Amino acid sequence: MTTWGVIQFPGSCDERDAVLACSRAGEARLLWHAERDLAGVDAIVVPGGFSYGDYLRAGAIARFSEVMEAVAEFAAAGGPVLGICNGFQVLCEAGLLPGALLTNERLRFVCRQVEVEVVNAETPFTRECEPGERLSIPVKHQVGRYFAPPEELERLEREGRVVFRYAPGQNPNGSLGDIAGVANDAGNVVGLMPHPEHAVDPLTGSADGLKLFASAAKLAVA
Amino acid sequence: MLIRPKEGILDPQGKAVERALPALGFDDVSSVRIGRLVELEADSLERLPELCEKLLANPLIEDFEIQPVQAPSPDA
Amino acid sequence: MSVAEAPHRALGLTDPEYDWICELLDREPNGVELAMFSLMWSEHCAYKHSRKLLRLLPTEGPRVVLGPGENAGAVSVGEDHVVAFKVESHNHPSAVEPFQGAATGVGGILRDVFALGARPIAILDSLRFGELDTGRSRYLFEGVVAGVGHYGNSIGVPTVGGEVYFEGPYEHNCLVNAMCVGLARRDRIIRSAASGVGNALVLMGASTGRDGIGGASVLASAELEAGETEKRPTVQIGDPFEEEKLMECCLELLDRELLVALQDLGAAGLTSSAAEMASKGGVGLDIDVGLVPLREADMEPFEVMVSESQERMLAVVDPARVDEVLAVCARWQTGAAVIGEVTEGGSLRVLAGGEEVGDLPIAALVDDCPLYDLQPAEPEGWIYGNRRTLDDGSPEQTLLALLASPTIASKRWALEQYDSIVGSRTVDRGESADAAVLMLPEADSSIAVAIDGNGRRVACDPYVGAVEAVLECAANLACAGAEPLGLTNCLNFGNPEKPHVAWQLQRSVEGLAAACEALSIPVVGGNVSLYNETPAGPIYPTPVIGMVGELADPAAVAGICLRDGDAIAVLGPFSPSLAGSELAKQRGELGPGLAAVDIAAAEAAIATVRRLVRDGAVGAAHDISDGGLACALAEMAIAGGVGARVDLAALVARAQDAEAALFGEGVAGFVVTGNRQMLEGIAGTDLVIVGEAGGGTLELSAGDLSLSIPLAEVEDAWRSLAERVDSAS
Repeated sequence: MTTWGVIQFPGSCDERDAVLACSRAGEARLLWHAERDLAGVDAIVVPGGFSYGDYLRAGAIARFSEVMEAVAEFAAAGGPVLGICNGFQVLCEAGLLPGALLTNERLRFVCRQVEVEVVNAETPFTRECEPGERLSIPVKHQVGRYFAPPEELERLEREGRVVFRYAPGQNPNGSLGDIAGVANDAGNVVGLMPHPEHAVDPLTGSADGLKLFASAAKLAVA
Repeated sequence: MLIRPKEGILDPQGKAVERALPALGFDDVSSVRIGRLVELEADSLERLPELCEKLLANPLIEDFEIQPVQAPSPDA
Repeated sequence: MSVAEAPHRALGLTDPEYDWICELLDREPNGVELAMFSLMWSEHCAYKHSRKLLRLLPTEGPRVVLGPGENAGAVSVGEDHVVAFKVESHNHPSAVEPFQGAATGVGGILRDVFALGARPIAILDSLRFGELDTGRSRYLFEGVVAGVGHYGNSIGVPTVGGEVYFEGPYEHNCLVNAMCVGLARRDRIIRSAASGVGNALVLMGASTGRDGIGGASVLASAELEAGETEKRPTVQIGDPFEEEKLMECCLELLDRELLVALQDLGAAGLTSSAAEMASKGGVGLDIDVGLVPLREADMEPFEVMVSESQERMLAVVDPARVDEVLAVCARWQTGAAVIGEVTEGGSLRVLAGGEEVGDLPIAALVDDCPLYDLQPAEPEGWIYGNRRTLDDGSPEQTLLALLASPTIASKRWALEQYDSIVGSRTVDRGESADAAVLMLPEADSSIAVAIDGNGRRVACDPYVGAVEAVLECAANLACAGAEPLGLTNCLNFGNPEKPHVAWQLQRSVEGLAAACEALSIPVVGGNVSLYNETPAGPIYPTPVIGMVGELADPAAVAGICLRDGDAIAVLGPFSPSLAGSELAKQRGELGPGLAAVDIAAAEAAIATVRRLVRDGAVGAAHDISDGGLACALAEMAIAGGVGARVDLAALVARAQDAEAALFGEGVAGFVVTGNRQMLEGIAGTDLVIVGEAGGGTLELSAGDLSLSIPLAEVEDAWRSLAERVDSAS
């Protein structure tokens, strides 16, 4: 059974939802921001919310927390790490993922179900998907416009590190190249703005997000 | 310390303000960029660039500028 | 006597009230005491013009766990859980600074709910602005929506529903009512009564600044330089990050049973919270303002006592547990300080560095404020304006104009700015669903919540309009298959000292009471916001109703989508009329009077719909409201992406008017859809099959009127709000 760790910062909002979602593909526990001990988990989720209020810049302060040092070591050792929304921002700020997230083009918060295309189906979080498969997953953020300098962007595309793309016409924030999620060099760290943990039950809108958790669970058991 | 979006980065806040200006009669104003101002007291300027790079600004998307208001006095 | 010589007048106390205070104290109050009295005896805290009237409302029921008087009301769900909820206004602060006013309104209502030990699980809002074609209304609308979203989104509580009306009388006095729903285990709820002489008083959360002192600043001591008063901000700034930590901290403290009592700090700050806690517990309190963590140095004692700084809670703690409490607060990075203790007797003593600066009998503060009788008088004729914005035209033009009116049009522009899904409880029902449905797996139950209140109709007839507001909420819940458990209300009215406003208030409360009695729905809490008027006149009388109901199976809940081939029926004794309708408003034909309501017949129809939805017997159920049947059908067609052919001859017979059949409004009307034979078999209430879903056109006929509009055009009109807001700014 896969054991998931979900990081909890002051200001996290979706950590309990992430625990619920992970629990559908294993066991899940919260990891407190001020502790370095990852308690031997197999996979880590850095969840959404507004860590430390996001007053300076989304994710800017959370990256310096004790737990993030341990997450960096875990990632360097090849452990699967999924950053969702604010968690994506934190991983970018921490340098574990390339690029940065900027305020949405239309400046406003947007909460909306979007179609997301799986571009790279070989990461630990997308193995259960087909390349080109479309998942219905909600976004909810005000700072989600993906940015990377042109040469970096070109490299990401070339190396297949763009993992998720908003389906044509569905880009909710003005992200460059319709990018919704990317991976690190090694492919074990993935971040995305859409919230797969909010797409695990058809009653709440969709169960497509389950595939991300199921992918990593299979991997950890294998 | 002034922190502003890097040249070439889309700044929707700045654009929104810029679009509102003609209606107010400011036809001759352009290139609005919106950033942040961080005020702090420090004994020395030496490590402030590091502080900006590490925390206050994201060098990927933001430039910063340090403007000492008053030179720190040795006995401060 | 000049104002300078009579600070009580500047603080809003009348001369007789001041004399009464002197009599109660047997002396004149000092400045600190006067500031405290002025706030505790304000309309907001003392309900001096409404308390007598509110006694009319039924407050008891088998499911009521906490009724009016606590921080929020609570009803039982499942075996061992309660749902706590309350609606509160933040009208004036939002008119001054819409973003912060709305944000702190949300923050305040969240605190009311977690003060009981309930985790907030949903926010709903009820908003009123002037017509959207003025810049000021757009500014307020945009700011309020962003502020509600900012606070809820940041703290991680979903905003699951709400309503917005745009009407001229709110132009200079917008309404921002926010409702919070929370969930707690029944054995974990905590009351606010202070008890245990010697117990410590712990102030938690943000530090105290000069926020919201506003009016009381006339008490500033003479030493303060003239310019200094400008430093006192009247706008309170919300900090959802601080509140999230405070909320998690309080919930952990309660979970570990470390608190004796808990109360949030709202209007009138420490004064009100401390006095209420002591009053309920029948004890006294000593508070040393010197121990209160301050954001600004050299605040005067009265400022500390009346400050409305946000994100603060007051707890009573056993001295032996204080260290544990402070440790939990430290873990959550939330401020905490012991600022006083519970004492014998009934005095609220204020100390400053150990020295007494005020000593007031709590009974005088809380219970002895004079209550006033209203002097109601029915006004002659229509006291609000009329503005014709729609000329007579074809039925097509009329329907498109109604759908495009900001009050009826899709509010997606606003709803998308709210995180409606955090918490994993919100059942996806589409944007036009009548009520939000939330799953409560820990209680093995689900609830539906709705908020409603059509001020325009209450203005036409305060009694009938208020009855309609309750029926409307119950109808919304019925469409989700939910049975009402309780309601909360926010009474937004003008100046009650004016006879016509007093009459509106009295008739509305009588209507609320009658409807609640008839439907057996207890009122478990509420809020009154009076003096909502400007030189331009009073607002529409606006009782806003928030209702919570329980349902068994969220998967069985019908939506509002039309499906190709489904038969369409109108259910209920719905007898539409143009009086008080959106169409009458657009034609500038508003006036006093609404058709009387048969509450029992309406209740029967509501019960039928609830049963049909619960049994999964209908494909869709939608309550007929603003814009009448034509608009209800248009919303269902848009939601289902399919057209319909409908003949409303039966409604023309009832309404005696073809136009009223199409666009008239009234209570107890539902559109239900499904298999034709099945619909024909529904007995026990009025039900007429009026048409069938199919095609790509909305085709309606009523007597000699008929209209036919391609669905895409219908949808464009209904989705025109975003463009109206964005293109203008």
